[in-house]
Amino acid sequence: MTFALHVNDRPFDAEPRPGQCLRTYLRDRGWFGVKKGCDAGDCGACTVHVDGEPVHSCLYPAVRAEGRRVTTVEGLAEPDGELHPVQRRFLDAQGFQCGFCTAGFLMTTAKLNEDQLGDLPRALKGNLCRCTGYRAIEDAIRGVRHVEEPCPGQSVGRNLGAPAGPQVVTGTARYTFDIEVEGLLHMKLLRSPHPHARIVSIDTAEALRVPGVHLVLTHHDAPERLFSSARHEHPTEDPDDTRVLDDVVRFVGQRVAAVVADSEGAAEEGCRRIAVEYERLPYVLDPEEAMRPGAPVIHPKGPESRIARAGNNVVGEVHGEVGSVEQGFADADVVYEETFRTQRVQHASLETHGALAYFEEKEDGDGERIVVRSSTQVPFLTRRALCALYDLPQDEVRVVAGRVGGGFGGKQEMLTEDVVVLAAMRLHRPVKLEFTRAEQFFGATTRHPFTIGIKAGARRDGTLTALQLRVVSNTGAYGNHGPAVMFHSVGESMAVYRAPHKKVNAFSVYTNCVPAGAFRGYGLGQVTFAVESAMDELARRLGIDPLVFRERNIIGPGEHMISPGGEEEDLHIASYGLDQCLKVVRDAIAADRSAEDAPEGWLVGQGTAMSMIATGPPGGHYADATVTLLEDGTYDIAVGTAEFGNGTTTVHKQITAGALGTTVDRIAIRQSDTDVVRHDTGAFGSAGTVVAGKAVMKAANGLAERILSFAAEHARAPRSLCRLLADAVECDGRTVSLKELHEAAREKAVELAAAGHWGGSPRSVAFNAQWFRIAVDPGTGEIKILRSVHSADAGKVMNPMQCRGQVEGGVAQALGASLFEQVLVDGGGKVLTPAFRRYRLPAYADVPRTEVHFMETSDAIGPLGAKSMSESPFNPVAPAFGNALRDATGVRFTEVPFLRDKVWLALEEHRAAGGEDGRPARQHPAREGSV
Amino acid sequence: MDLNTVLEVRDARQRTPWRTGDAWLGGGTYLFSEPQPHIRRLVDLSRMGWEPVQQLPDGSLEIAATCTIAQLSRFAATFRVPAAPLFEQCCRAFLASFKIWNMATVGGNLCNGLPAGPMISLTAALDGSCLLQAQDGSLRRTKVADFITGAGRKDLGAGELLRSVTLPARALTCRTAFRQVSLYGLGRSGALVIGAHDPLDGSLAVTVTAATVRPVRLWFPTPPSAAALRGTLARAVADDEWFDDIHGLPAWRRHMALRLSEEIRSELAHGPELTRESAR
Repeated sequence: MTFALHVNDRPFDAEPRPGQCLRTYLRDRGWFGVKKGCDAGDCGACTVHVDGEPVHSCLYPAVRAEGRRVTTVEGLAEPDGELHPVQRRFLDAQGFQCGFCTAGFLMTTAKLNEDQLGDLPRALKGNLCRCTGYRAIEDAIRGVRHVEEPCPGQSVGRNLGAPAGPQVVTGTARYTFDIEVEGLLHMKLLRSPHPHARIVSIDTAEALRVPGVHLVLTHHDAPERLFSSARHEHPTEDPDDTRVLDDVVRFVGQRVAAVVADSEGAAEEGCRRIAVEYERLPYVLDPEEAMRPGAPVIHPKGPESRIARAGNNVVGEVHGEVGSVEQGFADADVVYEETFRTQRVQHASLETHGALAYFEEKEDGDGERIVVRSSTQVPFLTRRALCALYDLPQDEVRVVAGRVGGGFGGKQEMLTEDVVVLAAMRLHRPVKLEFTRAEQFFGATTRHPFTIGIKAGARRDGTLTALQLRVVSNTGAYGNHGPAVMFHSVGESMAVYRAPHKKVNAFSVYTNCVPAGAFRGYGLGQVTFAVESAMDELARRLGIDPLVFRERNIIGPGEHMISPGGEEEDLHIASYGLDQCLKVVRDAIAADRSAEDAPEGWLVGQGTAMSMIATGPPGGHYADATVTLLEDGTYDIAVGTAEFGNGTTTVHKQITAGALGTTVDRIAIRQSDTDVVRHDTGAFGSAGTVVAGKAVMKAANGLAERILSFAAEHARAPRSLCRLLADAVECDGRTVSLKELHEAAREKAVELAAAGHWGGSPRSVAFNAQWFRIAVDPGTGEIKILRSVHSADAGKVMNPMQCRGQVEGGVAQALGASLFEQVLVDGGGKVLTPAFRRYRLPAYADVPRTEVHFMETSDAIGPLGAKSMSESPFNPVAPAFGNALRDATGVRFTEVPFLRDKVWLALEEHRAAGGEDGRPARQHPAREGSV
Repeated sequence: MDLNTVLEVRDARQRTPWRTGDAWLGGGTYLFSEPQPHIRRLVDLSRMGWEPVQQLPDGSLEIAATCTIAQLSRFAATFRVPAAPLFEQCCRAFLASFKIWNMATVGGNLCNGLPAGPMISLTAALDGSCLLQAQDGSLRRTKVADFITGAGRKDLGAGELLRSVTLPARALTCRTAFRQVSLYGLGRSGALVIGAHDPLDGSLAVTVTAATVRPVRLWFPTPPSAAALRGTLARAVADDEWFDDIHGLPAWRRHMALRLSEEIRSELAHGPELTRESAR
């Protein structure tokens, strides 16, 4: 049988495997623009055209492509390189962030007819974007241009497009797995079917007999050494409770063995042939139960693991009181007490976790080293962890991130690199492990589910007297970020309100559930849901406008931020825009007419919430950068931080262009590679602009000084009369090209380069407020968002278009968590929602336009007055929505997500109870199996 | 996704004995969407050459199992019968995008037997019957409403093939009404109710899908009162037949099925001038 097809007008005749889908057939032939988002037909990232019809190539049997003409994103442009109009528009509007979904959107949009363009919510049902919130995509499809090309030195504060944009829209940006490696082997993981069990025996003989299988790793092969998969600058922040492969499994989905083979198929078969005998152990899924005496102890480990109370499954805890809440409640006229719950949420970055390890000659020619290419936010910390785990010297490990297809905190974690490196070193062959979408749900991490008991009191005049929290966070089977998330969760959330008496008891608790980890907001969103709901409720009970109530109780500029869990000495209000944030909401309400858009018979309500966040993680967050003048008169930036659509690369170029008086097209950037700079803590904690950006700014300023001094000397002109131009230095009327300067400097052995470093301290705070007006159909539970307004205090905004994108994306992701996203775990600890058709992500149809407003502030700490704005827009969304629901229905919803069925049921119960406004209705219990 | 245990793809036109590990390959949109480690061989229906959809001399409509959703949608756009609008409404009830329509088949949707399968809704509501062919070549017919017996369960033997679905001419002359709800915007159906009002004898059929584990088709010789409809539907569905999964609580699905049925009854009882746009 002969097989033939054309891909982008080129003939191919390799016969596909019988069960192969077109997606992998195309990628195997080097068409890396075809992405794997879900591999199940739900996300559309793999969309291609077959004989001109758009299809999801992950579902398309490759054998059926015989004789057909396939077009991938690489073939969308004209052969001469002229972009397709859709590609052009996605660049003009910057209709992408990480860009992993973009090929799918382009290939779909290119085939929409007039009818479909008139109904985008329906036409884009089969395309998911996790980053943008879809506004930028709509603008791209509609041909709205946002990108600017400012004059030399004028980049800061302008809407520059992402440097990788042209690669993103042509499918040539290289993500983690978009690389051909000679002799690559594939790894698959056998995972535990039990929530808690001891491995009595494990027989790999049959697996090793599978043709193509090279290696099976079990706990016998793994180092005894314990580590944390969480990555922080200081590894001691996180508990050491994890082994590469363990002889005890603590959740359904934990790695039991790793099989390495010539193909994924052989590795899968190898996994199926491993015989494991388990001794099942008692397990616990509920964190309150887990803390009770007699509960199964999940990590019976010693103090060296840094587990707070291992015998009680408490991995971390914080207890503190400022003043006396007892006194505060006695002083109050109204006391509100309620328990709030947030669910388990997945990051759902479109690119899954994974890593690929291979070997290369060391740069100094002295032997070889292992290179780990990983989908990570933290290449430097991963190198550090790998070196510690396997006793490797730093110069023998290089960690590189390509373009990363979304992170959201999930990739501040070492979830694949450890086992890939172990296999590669054993075999001395390149090895790849790429998670499936299902593995993302049961084998990676999630957001921490929280239970927050809150008690707050206020006087009749609206003065808050006391605030008390009891927080229980379910960290799952491994501690990783658990203690740090728990600490952070009760920090800024409690400090933003001025109350004389505050108390907190917070626990991060082990259970036999899939582990939770770092997630956008790092705990603040969960606690903010409770605090902002409670403030709204207190105001209502006092008959005070919730905005007025907040204005009366929030901290002002210059005030101390007081958390009962302990003060953070390096945290300052280096700029204050919270008052402006609330004013935006007040103005929006005053002018709002959206209630008129509510369908007849629907209940209408509005609600606000706000939040504060530190502009960087505590305890130091380091970044090194260098900026160099190159031979051809252009510049080179080297910086460690990774790019996953957060836009920091654009900002780093803008800062540099500003400092050097040039344009961004004359600047190249090398990044996210342990080779390019000394150190970078990583792209997390919203540090890309305020920490790495500050290091870049210092380097760029240093280089500007150096160039000007050298030029003055070279041209024998007074230093004060030298000025940087786009590609030259004007020296007292004479123009000396940068090329000439570079050459002159080289002759004198002067290096025109400068380094910058920033240690991430002191830190400032950023503020956000969200306001919704919604309509609720009391007969069905359906909710329409009539209007959404977000105010963000990001200090001096480096790139308004990008920053708006961060806010919109954060609001959209938070809407998913507020309205329907939930990772459900059944009574046996098994994840029930391991696919996008079961775990609903916000689609185009779900996300309204949010009006984004930036405040007029300038930060005294951040680079050029900037503050962070990537995690924080998430945090006020759920409580703002809950407050609007409360306003509309009279029911206080204490549990997210606000699904239509639950809303309807709560309203039924409210009505049955004689439902009056302001009287809280009992929430329906969570679905069976939800933990 | 790759189905790595598949060792062979066999053209269904070559008749070979059915064996364990075989699976019919229609559009592939379900098979390739989940791991199928039990499958060794795919029996490919794509070259059968069956006419996707055709009106028979008696006025009935025969839809081949291999008819894609896109083909059905295009056909319905030019189909001049009173029930024609229902076809597009049901196509649009798919959670899946129009791109999936290019591959997914009517037969595949029926044989998956999911409560939210919109081709089940369409063909059950229009009194369709399945033509099934066993491995020995023998044929049998069964009503769509009987073919689906539970969530993901159907009356289909090992190796038996769904050849086509036929909608009787009489059903195509019905005036129809359609309602669908989901927990999400344009999401998977939580309840889907279709009414078919026969202009000849004035009868009304109300078919509930998605809310129930199997299609529930109620036939009334004349449009019932609101209370009668409600009572009949409540009695027709046992408590454990209200579907319980992550896409809707059974109590909500029951409520929505009753509510939408009443909207449909009211719409069809009051003549063609009241065709309020369906709930999303």
